Amino acid sequence: MKNLDEIREVVRDPYGYAKKYKAKTHKKIVGYFCSYAPEEIIWAAGALPFRIFGRKGNIHLADQHLQSYCCSLVRSVLEEALSGELNFLDGTIFPHTCDSIQRLSDIWRLNVSFGFHTDVVLPVKLNTDSAREYMVSVLRVFMADLEKKLDVTITDDALKASMTLYDQLRSSLRELYEIRAKCPDIISGSDVYHIVKAAVIMDREHLLTLLSGVVQELKQKKPDGVKLDRKRVVISGGVCDFPDIYPLIEEAGGSVVWDDLCTGMRSFEGDFDKTADPIEAIAGRYLDRVVCPAKHSGLTNRADHLVRMVREKAAQGVIILLLKFCDPHAFDYPYLKNALDREGVPSLLLEVEDQLPSEGQLQTRFEAFLEML
Amino acid sequence: MAEEMKVLDPEKEKRKIQSVKKMKEIMTAYYIEAKTAGETGKKVAWITSGGPVEPLIVMDVIPVYPENHGAMIGASRMGAALYEKAEAMGYASDLCSYACSDIACAPINGGPIGGLPRPDMLICCNNICGTVLKWYEIQARYFNVPLFILDTPFCHTEYTREMRKYVSRQIDEYLRFLEEHCGKKYDYDRMKEVGKLSVTGQKLWQAVLDTTMHKPAPMSAFDAFFHLALIVTLRGTQQAVDYYEMLLAEMKKRIADGIGAIPNERYRLLWDNLPVWYRTKWLSEKFAAQDACLVADTYTSAWCGSLKYVDENNFLETMAECYTRIYLNIGVDEMAQTVMAMVYKYDVDGIVMHSNRSCKPYSLGQYDIQRIVEKQKGIPSLMLEADMTDERKFSESQIETRIDAFIEILQEKKRKT
Repeated sequence: MKNLDEIREVVRDPYGYAKKYKAKTHKKIVGYFCSYAPEEIIWAAGALPFRIFGRKGNIHLADQHLQSYCCSLVRSVLEEALSGELNFLDGTIFPHTCDSIQRLSDIWRLNVSFGFHTDVVLPVKLNTDSAREYMVSVLRVFMADLEKKLDVTITDDALKASMTLYDQLRSSLRELYEIRAKCPDIISGSDVYHIVKAAVIMDREHLLTLLSGVVQELKQKKPDGVKLDRKRVVISGGVCDFPDIYPLIEEAGGSVVWDDLCTGMRSFEGDFDKTADPIEAIAGRYLDRVVCPAKHSGLTNRADHLVRMVREKAAQGVIILLLKFCDPHAFDYPYLKNALDREGVPSLLLEVEDQLPSEGQLQTRFEAFLEML
Repeated sequence: MAEEMKVLDPEKEKRKIQSVKKMKEIMTAYYIEAKTAGETGKKVAWITSGGPVEPLIVMDVIPVYPENHGAMIGASRMGAALYEKAEAMGYASDLCSYACSDIACAPINGGPIGGLPRPDMLICCNNICGTVLKWYEIQARYFNVPLFILDTPFCHTEYTREMRKYVSRQIDEYLRFLEEHCGKKYDYDRMKEVGKLSVTGQKLWQAVLDTTMHKPAPMSAFDAFFHLALIVTLRGTQQAVDYYEMLLAEMKKRIADGIGAIPNERYRLLWDNLPVWYRTKWLSEKFAAQDACLVADTYTSAWCGSLKYVDENNFLETMAECYTRIYLNIGVDEMAQTVMAMVYKYDVDGIVMHSNRSCKPYSLGQYDIQRIVEKQKGIPSLMLEADMTDERKFSESQIETRIDAFIEILQEKKRKT
């Protein structure tokens, strides 16, 4: 598939893409690390919202600022900032997430010389009226701030156009997920990973065109001959920047049919309230979608959601990815596992750092887990 | 009999702080009252250490502090065993040891006081970390009791108008929550009294800490770690005010009598981060043996650090700002400035930083603070890798070597000046 080749190419070298894109379009590029970054506003400001995932290994500059018990995501993005690899960014925004990202923001502000730095201190609690009011006011302040920093005016029309684009992009991604859930053989997990990652890196309009093409093609594609009897699994966790995990699961006889990842479904879930004021609609979506464990919206909603996904998508098991030193996810793990156990859904905990455990070890663990399902 | 037979070292005896006995009595009575709340019909609320306790005092709710519990667990060296239990429950081995040991205590009534009294409600203020949010969610599910979250946005560089409005609205929600779960109207008149007592208590605590500006310091940070308990747990009560008046008088008397916390104070040091609860005695002796006194710390002073934002005649309205702009809820650069101010105030020769694996908001950023202070004032610092409650993360020989090397640096510096 030509469209997929282009997407894979971008994801293979995101920073190379960003630099070329910038040279060609003269657009500004705004970096971020978290699915609560209000991308719609950045795009409406004429800039490219660009999610940073950090590198694998080779961290030494960041060691001057962060202890070894800080997660590899935070340490590696700081490394890339300090080494200048990210200096194509015109600015970076820091939505408030966890204790580590919170301090990363301070350290970045004090030590990184390129681009602007903006904190977006969102509420942690999302399920009250006062939190809603605060979220809306923070997004308005952010928009005004961004206008100043990028020296642009964000018109209502631009904002609405951006929201329409995001709406289309998100519904296409959900459509892709639904197609895969119905027929997991139709597209590989690795391809889906590339598309979802491209959706937080690439020019969003162009990606929408490519993605629509992929979805159309998949819809017409007849599953070839033999229907494989794969075990259906859901992946849950935070950031999953591991394309290699999908072929390993597939080789072991499984298929990822859905996910609850912040680099997955959580980043494109939820719609805007079409009747609301644009900023209120953007805030509303962030408030109502399934939470990251660093946020609060009720006591059981993450587990309820996970169990519901498993049931709805007829999954047989859940693979829980846990980034070492990620406190919010690690605190949620026992409760998620217990909720799954109660429903008789087996789960596998996979602790990861910036790199996956060895391939052999993963193969064995996936095989054992999938066999059990 | 045995007591009488023991030969007391008069040199050591005169350095003992007399108020300790009173503090132990108060804390014992407090825990007995809390543990017997079921019989007296009083309600119990678990609250985070940086949370607004005053409204609970107003409503006659007994505040109980799982973090204080964590400190007791650490001091009685039960941390590692409870932590292992938490690991068996599925909690990762690098999570906050306060949270893990408390979570592990709940189902077995474990720990030094046989578990905390069952809560009727939970009050979580995230001004100290994001961990308390997860911890209180876990306990709210376990005990199946209502949870109130006071969400205090992080002040990286400023306390904005939007934050003020959000936190103020939540203070109001907090009072409504208490009315609902206590079944009575909020008593605004009593709030005024409690607010004043809280401010008086905080000022007294600051005054106690400030006695260490004197050379030699009449008490050390290790003493402050102990005497801190009341300003955390009983802030807003007459009892806390009375106690700190007594402690302040004792400190003033020690100054008048020329009694220092250690026999020969040569180096004055500042401690950063939570105590290493299971090693406070060891560390205190280790430093004292080198003539180094930890005269101040960023931890115990956090309970009076917001005094600049409070209006004691208008406590309720200024509460939002006080609870939002505390030491751990501000940017690294503002923290560094706070440390600098303490370096000047207490005339400090060096800084001892506890890089505490349990506490990311306190520890991440320490390297930058270290550099800022070193650059601006030429103050050397020592980084000790440990954990506040989990004794498995403390390497005695390594820490001993590092302390010795640090004292040598201080010696060298003193010799030059």
